[in-house]
Amino acid sequence: MAFQIILNFVLAFVWMFLSSNYTATGFIVGFILGIILLIIMRRFFTTRLYVYRIWAIIKLTLLFLKELVLANIQVLRVVLKPKLDMQPAFFAYPTVLTQEWEITLLSSLITLTPGTVVVHVSDDAKTLYVHAIDMSDVDEAITAIRDSFEKAILEVSKS
Amino acid sequence: MTILANSLVIFFISIGVLFIVVTAIGLIRLPDLYTRAHAASKSATLGVMCVLIGVFFHFWLIEDHFNPRILLGILFLFITGPVGGHIMTRSSYIAGVKPWKGTVRDELGPEIDRMKKEQGIK
Repeated sequence: MAFQIILNFVLAFVWMFLSSNYTATGFIVGFILGIILLIIMRRFFTTRLYVYRIWAIIKLTLLFLKELVLANIQVLRVVLKPKLDMQPAFFAYPTVLTQEWEITLLSSLITLTPGTVVVHVSDDAKTLYVHAIDMSDVDEAITAIRDSFEKAILEVSKS
Repeated sequence: MTILANSLVIFFISIGVLFIVVTAIGLIRLPDLYTRAHAASKSATLGVMCVLIGVFFHFWLIEDHFNPRILLGILFLFITGPVGGHIMTRSSYIAGVKPWKGTVRDELGPEIDRMKKEQGIK
């Protein structure tokens, strides 16, 4: 991925030198032409086009912002409910992610999503121990949400 | 245009203040450390972020001064907020802070016991 980005920058600079137009506009035009060139030549790369990964990162960020707002509304409901009848629980969540940055990212995402805080990551980094604020109705929904997170992270890290 | 900008600023700052107030109420009302960590790590992060975004829009749209330091502050809060919540709950659990009696399921206890036994911590 880094190789493709550097190649795209180099192509943009080549375009600037070819047209002897050393401005930001010239750079942007060269960059766009470079992207088109990379798309045409994608057969020769061993990894997928970096454009897809950037798109996956943008989608993950939007998902994250949405979940952050939902989480806060849920905390607001729990805190302002007249009766404290939630059922907190610690539960184990087996993860399929392997690299450390993926697990860190997943833990941050889980901590900022509705009703869950990561308390402990097991030594072999295969299980996350999560504290849920309300076990009764959230359990199923949380599994679905985190599956979507995990899928989004895998989408980013896929080569 | 000024009205629109002003209402944007007022919207973000009041949302932020609302979430900060909810954090404070949650810290008083909720029964144990772990449920308080929920209020502290989520609502405080989003509350301060909303206030900062409001300040950013105020200086950008009304005072005509683009300040990227506020955006960096938002980014740093975004990264460090959840990590703080995680570290505090984890160290409290290892130090032996008991969860609330209403806690229905505890799969973490055996794991921590096993870890302590392995490392020879009493």
